[in-house]
Amino acid sequence: MADRPVASGRVVITGIGAVTPLGTGVDKFWPRMLAGENAVGRITLIDPSPYTTQIAAEVKDFAAEDWLDKKEARRVDRFIAFAVAGATMALQDAGWKPEGEEAEEVGVLMGSGIGGLTFLGEQHRRMIEQGPDRVSPFLVPYMIPDMASGYVSIVHKLKGPNNCVVTACATGANAIGDAYHIVKRGDAVAMLAGGSETPVNEISVAAFSAARAMSTRNDDPLHASRPFDLDRDGFVVAEGCGALLLEDYDHAVKRGAKMYGEIIGYGMSGDAFHITQPDPTGDGAFRAMRMAMRNAGLKPEDVDYINAHGTSTPYNDRLETLAMKRALGDAAYKTKVSSTKSMIGHTLGAAGAIEALICLLSMRDSKIAPTINYEKPDPDCDLDYVPNKAQDHKIDVALSNSFGFGGHNVCLAFRKI
Amino acid sequence: MASDILERVKKVTIEELQVKEEEVVESASFIEDLGADSLDVVELVMAFEDEFGIDIPDDEVGEIKTVGNAVDYIGKKLGEGQK
Repeated sequence: MADRPVASGRVVITGIGAVTPLGTGVDKFWPRMLAGENAVGRITLIDPSPYTTQIAAEVKDFAAEDWLDKKEARRVDRFIAFAVAGATMALQDAGWKPEGEEAEEVGVLMGSGIGGLTFLGEQHRRMIEQGPDRVSPFLVPYMIPDMASGYVSIVHKLKGPNNCVVTACATGANAIGDAYHIVKRGDAVAMLAGGSETPVNEISVAAFSAARAMSTRNDDPLHASRPFDLDRDGFVVAEGCGALLLEDYDHAVKRGAKMYGEIIGYGMSGDAFHITQPDPTGDGAFRAMRMAMRNAGLKPEDVDYINAHGTSTPYNDRLETLAMKRALGDAAYKTKVSSTKSMIGHTLGAAGAIEALICLLSMRDSKIAPTINYEKPDPDCDLDYVPNKAQDHKIDVALSNSFGFGGHNVCLAFRKI
Repeated sequence: MASDILERVKKVTIEELQVKEEEVVESASFIEDLGADSLDVVELVMAFEDEFGIDIPDDEVGEIKTVGNAVDYIGKKLGEGQK
């Protein structure tokens, strides 16, 4: 057996890729996000007229054939195509194509909150209308959320640890955190990590509408996602993918790789309270933040920026504010907080990954993307939410919060290199 | 009739397997020459069923290995229907 590289115990991010409603590719979406652009509109992927909620943030510039061969592009579920696109961009950005034995040291951990429900919906209709023997042989592989990791590994021939996280809207953050642990302990020299989600399909829109979780501001989509604003009435569902290449620090140095930043903390907790509602004291969110700060060795005043979960639901934004104040004390009032969901909506299982790479871009450029649609302050939400316009701000340490149905709470901590 | 079946088999095969028209000759094997895997074959057989309005039982799918096999099999099925 070849000598295995010894892990440095430090994990850096050396490549990022994103598919977002403001554009496919980091260079496409990031300038638009800093300009405060808004991607929410009336749903076009399905006929929205029968649904309570008729708005979403859709990805408009994506073509699966740009990332997959023609046969696969034509039929894979959209969440798989997004995952392959994000992962491919992250590897290209890292300037690295692992081959041979090296590829055995690179793994994939990309999750999805709900998986291939678009394909499931089409096949279920086929079964009802045409009978069970008309169901596609590809239904199982294209529906299961772990196929994001599986497919990416096949496309890029990555033979290291291959796994999947499913923790609803905390999926992307959990995937990055778990991949961080894998690299930190030396089970891989690098991991592609992130999340992919494509929930703008009939069954998902119907289901989230029924759960009364989404904004119903159908006549005014541009003002529907309004995190921390007093008039917020629910999240805006969105599709997207975020992928990050996590790499052992020494390996990255040896490669001469550019480094966006280092992961220094990963906190997790369970609410143990309710299937969809957050703990009414914000305690679970607080404990996830506390764990991330403790294992990163951070004091409250060290935190320059928090990319909030900030979904624009009445509960989340109030309770997350409580949690941030408890975790940071008085320093919370001096910390910049923004919710980029105000511009691209809530990409569910991809959100934690997209927001992690937004933290890294914010560090790189010393710029914080705003919380748009912030018009009427809520007395329960009294932090600096970077309202409506991006701000120049030097960032050494950033946190990213993600919370999911089921009571999963995650906080990731990043430091500039 | 046979040439019409061949054209329609070609059309379905090109669509399902995203292969070039010149590759879809009668002797071409779906798996060995046209890059299909076992799941592709199941999907392709379903597409033939839809195109020709026939039922291809699972235990007869094994007879359809090449484009020519498909044309013969479908011709036979359609012939039976007319009797």
